[in-house]
Formats: sequence, structure tokens, C-alpha cells
Amino acid sequence: MTSLLRLRHLETLEAEAIQIIREVVAGTQNPALLFSGGKDSILLLHLAALSFRPAPVPFPVVHIDTGHNFPEVLGFRDRYVEQLGVELVVGSVPDALAAGTVRESPGATSRNAIQTPVLLDTIAKYRFDALFGGARRDEEKARAKERILSVRDEFGQWDPKNQRPELWDLYNTRIPADGHLRVFPLSNWTELDVWQYIADRELPLPPLYYAHERPVFERDGMLFADTGFLPRRPGEQVVSRTVRFRTVGDMTCTGAVLSDATGSAAVLRELIASRLTERGATRADDRVNETAMEDRKREGYF
Amino acid sequence: MEMLRLATAGSVDDGKSTLIGRLLHDSRAVLRDQLEAVARASRRGGTGDLDLALLTDGLRAEREQGITIDVAYRYFATARRKFIIADTPGHVQYTPNMVTGASTAQLAVVLVDARHGMTEQSRRHALICSLLGVPHLVVAVNKMDLVGYDEQTFRRIDEEFTDFSARLRTPDITALPISALTGHNVVTRSGAMPWYDGPTLLSHLEQVHVAADGNLVDPRFPVQCVIRQPSYRGYAGRIASGVLRTGDEVVVLPSGRTSQIAGIDTPAGPADEAFAPMSVTVRLTDDIDVSRGDVLARPQNQPHVTQDLDTMMCWMARSPLREGDRVLVKHLTRTVPAVVGRIEYRIDVNMLRRHEAERLTSNEIGRVRLRTPEPLVVDDYHRNRQTGRLIAIDPVDGSTLAGATIRLS
Repeated sequence: MTSLLRLRHLETLEAEAIQIIREVVAGTQNPALLFSGGKDSILLLHLAALSFRPAPVPFPVVHIDTGHNFPEVLGFRDRYVEQLGVELVVGSVPDALAAGTVRESPGATSRNAIQTPVLLDTIAKYRFDALFGGARRDEEKARAKERILSVRDEFGQWDPKNQRPELWDLYNTRIPADGHLRVFPLSNWTELDVWQYIADRELPLPPLYYAHERPVFERDGMLFADTGFLPRRPGEQVVSRTVRFRTVGDMTCTGAVLSDATGSAAVLRELIASRLTERGATRADDRVNETAMEDRKREGYF
Repeated sequence: MEMLRLATAGSVDDGKSTLIGRLLHDSRAVLRDQLEAVARASRRGGTGDLDLALLTDGLRAEREQGITIDVAYRYFATARRKFIIADTPGHVQYTPNMVTGASTAQLAVVLVDARHGMTEQSRRHALICSLLGVPHLVVAVNKMDLVGYDEQTFRRIDEEFTDFSARLRTPDITALPISALTGHNVVTRSGAMPWYDGPTLLSHLEQVHVAADGNLVDPRFPVQCVIRQPSYRGYAGRIASGVLRTGDEVVVLPSGRTSQIAGIDTPAGPADEAFAPMSVTVRLTDDIDVSRGDVLARPQNQPHVTQDLDTMMCWMARSPLREGDRVLVKHLTRTVPAVVGRIEYRIDVNMLRRHEAERLTSNEIGRVRLRTPEPLVVDDYHRNRQTGRLIAIDPVDGSTLAGATIRLS
């Protein structure tokens, strides 16, 4: 594991994340973990389980289901939470649409924008005062600016010009009236760190992360899964390709990359050679404009 | 692989964000889509040259104003080390954000504009880094291209900094002549400065010796929470310093009860030995009263248990600190109320002189006494960075007001 009483970088990141998770659980009343079924939230839940072992994870897992999730991911989610014995809370976008609490703008295919009000309603309904998320600072330039413990107001909004100082590892878990905390224990992990850890510890992932054959079509230089949720435009041909997903989100905004990597070691080799970032390669939601992520965070997004 | 956390510091326009952009770019850590985005934004900005600062200035307001407001974190690796870089803002009004970025750094690069020499901000930042206990400092004399790569200019600033830093308690200080804009001595050696025979910035970052920075001498284990199961009782926490071994006698502070380590559970499974900064769960042989906030130490090597704290404080709130103010203090895993006692002096940042003060205003540094109704378990900051520091929190709105280091007389 170690030599000469020095920690390798993955063990340092692991120790930091566990400290943060424990500190927030000790310092808040009603935390929860936002789980998307993606690799980062799977890693985060794994670290939460390590933090309290042999006791169970002492908080529920929240999933905001857009109704456009990959079925493989939902299946994985259900098996994983059952295996860990944690409670699952689902905030459903289709239910919110049916109840009329959110509305889709006409012609919109992505449910990114209406995910946020459903998340905020779920937080309010269960009175969560701290939400763990798997966001990493290397993902995106607005995320690179956010504190590990990020204060959100009663509307879930992030105010990037008014962040609390965050010194050393002395995390301030005090919550302002009506607000809550977003907590990012994986802040300092990179995509490569996550994959190295997954390979080292043999963490299970949904099969989407590894090379598989799938009908896809190309749009804006990205490969999208051919599903009923994302109507094809004229000229967009469906072809069968061997692909894998670098990020797993809503099917309408998550692109795949061509890949032969069928295991975590092969994914690692592929990443080391890659000249594109994971969000740049595969996320249509970040391409809207220069500050798309900051704008969404200001509205309460993770 | 080993990890190095570093922060940049210095005045506005000394080129911090450009330097980081240059480090990332020349070490091939910038990926194609990021570079394309920067190129697009640079064209929009007007100059046409690739503006590497845009790699880290990610907020809308930062791009609009062309300045850094809050700290940005960037990640890159070479064959030798992994790096986490905190790009901190230079404006004095954003000092709390600079403190945030520097607090977790093992090394700080203070940039100095070769044309202007040391400024109040570069002195302030060097002082803050010293106060925060950042063990390694690099003075990067930047914009050497604008002074004709002149050796005398570099030597003069180096001496100026050496004079100033003689009064700081930073064990390792190195000066380098660079040009972030043109890349001289950042990643590749400069032919324009043959008089300089030291390492480039990147090779210094790859080689600086950090293994001895942590305290592995004094065992201190602050308890974060108690993990209870029908046949299990363990104390979870992150080892602040030192080494713990199964069979060790331990004392629980502040109560003073003693016990023995029955076993240590690490993320990788049970272990006979664990050391700082590992997150572990410790089991004891006796069922004694231990709760969050307590500290395990060795009976022969105990920290101080005290209600009176003598601190060097960096005050970051907008309203001033006065004697008699009430704050919350978070130290290790314990949060307690505290009353502000005497403000002994504030430090004049330029000359490092002490001035009498009745209050500390925003971003001032001074020596402040605190008294707490409950005892804290502390060490002197110069002996133990982890156990010798605290933050002050506003008891009403929960905001973070100050960071401070503890000295024992």
C-alpha cells in the first residue's frame, strides 16, 4: 500500500474525501447523496460506505430521474443501493411534468433545465440540509471555482462572487437560514484518478462505460444513442458502432465515443492518449455557451 | 505517484493566471477542446494572441473584467508528480479567496513583476503564506522579457525579497527569473538568460522535497464520529499527525482517560499501523467515554489542553474584529464558542512591523487572544500545522470570519 509512511496520491484523495463525508455527516442534521448512476457518484457512494464501515451509510441516496435515463443505469442503481442497504429517494421529472409543477419548453429535447426545480422540490420536501455530489473541479471551469462545501441559498442558487473562505481542512458546516450545503468530496479528483481508483479497487460500473455495440447517429461531432427521446434531423443516419460513454447523464445530451476498451485498464490507456476532456467530448449541455455551467449552477444545478 | 499542491500569489497583473496557463500548455496538460475554447474567447477579447489566463479565469465576471476573482483549481501531471494548482486572485479585496487557495498548498509561487519589484500585495501574500505555514516558497520574478532579461534586475528583487523574508518563518525560499508570456524558464530553459543556471519552474516543482513536511512524530487523532454496531465500536477520524499502532497506549483528551489501541481499520482493511494523513477508524480495548471532538494522543507525548489561545489571526470579515466580540472557533473536530480577548498588535504588511491596534479590519493580520469556555487540545503551530490552527465562525450567520494559527508561549 505504502512505503516509508507516505501516501500515494489516490490514497491521499481517498482520505480527504472520507474526512469530508464524515465531517458533514457529523455537522449537519439531514444529509443525502445525489446519485446519478454515473461513475463519479458510484465512487462517491463507495467512499461513503467506507467512511462508516461496518455501519451502513447513514443517509439516503437521491436520484433525479429525468425519464430519459439509460435503462442500464437505472438497473445498476437499484442493484447497487440494495447491495449497500441504503434508502433510495427518487425525484421524478415525468411525475413533476404530469403534476404540472414543471413545464417543458416547446420543442426541447433536453430536460437539463427542468431537472433543477425537481431537485430543489425534492430537497425541500425531505428537508435535506446537505447534499453530497460527485462533481469534480477538473470537469469544467465553473466547477473549478466552487468550494468543497458550497453554500446555496433558499433557491438553491450558487453565488460565485460571495463564497465562504475555506481554510485548510477545517470545513465549516454551518448552514444559513433556509439554505443548504452542496458538498463535493471528489473536488480534487481528475477523470484519470477516478478511473485509476475504479481499476485498483475493481468497482462495478454500468456496462455503458465499456465498449459495446450500439445504434448511434452523429450530430455536432458527437455520437448519440438512437432512442425515441432525441428525434433525428434530416440526414442523420443511424449506424452501428462500438462505443462507450465517458459520462453518463440524460440520454439526450450525453454523447458516446468510439472505443474498444472493454475493461477499466483499457479505459485508462485510452484516457491517457486522449486529447479531449470528458465533457468537451461528450456533453452537449456544456456547449451552449462559454458560461453554461456557471449559469446553471446559479439556478441551483449541481 | 506523489502529489504536490501549490498556489500562485502576487499582485494583480503580475501574471499568475498566465503562468498557470503556460505551465499547463507547455507540459501538454491542455486538451484540444479547452485550447479551442480559449482561442475562441481570445479572439473575442480582441488582442488575437492566445490568452492563456482564460484557461483558469472561468467565471463570467472574470472574463468580462479580465481579472481573477476567486481561486480556480487546475490539475496536471508529469512523469514525476501530480500537481494541484490553486490560481488565486491578486486584488486585496479578494484576499479571503487567496487565503482559501494558499491554505492547502505545500508550495506557493509568489509572482513579482520584474519592472516594479516587490509591492504591498506581494509582501502581503508572502506573509499570509508564511502565516498559513506553507513550507516552500518560490519567488518567480516574472516579465523578464520586459526588462531585457537583465540579470541585475533579477538580483535586486531577489535581495529585496531575501531581506523581507528573513523575518518570515518559511523554511525554504527559492527565486527564479521567468517570463510566463514567452515561456522562458517555465517549462523549458531560456537561452535569453545564460547567467541563470538554476532549474526551470517546472523542474523545481517536480523536485522540491516535501516528504519531510508532515509531522510523523507526534501522534494526534481527532475523533470525527463514533461508529457503533452490535459488536463493534470504533472512533472514526483522520490522523492529524504521527503514527498509530495496534497495542499503543493512548490518552483521550481533554478527559485524560487512558486505554490501548485494539485495532485500526483503514479503507483497505484492518492494519497494525496507520499514519497521517490517513482516514481510519480506531478501536480501543476499553469501553470508555470517547466522543466527537476528543483527541487521542500518547501518554508520554501529549498536546496542551487549554482555554486560553494566543493566535496570529488573518481577519477576513467585512466588519472589524474588536475585543469582547463573540465568535465560534472550529479547531480539529471541535466547535466551541470563544470570546475575543486582547488584540496585542496588528502587523504592517510592508515593513512587518507591529502596530498597536484596538481592532482588526478586513484582511488585516494581527495577534489576538481568545478564551473558550471548554478546553481545546492544541499544539504550537510551528511544531504541528494540523493541531495548531483554527477558524473563527460567525455564530449568527455561520460565515467564516478568520483563520488563525496558535502559538504556545
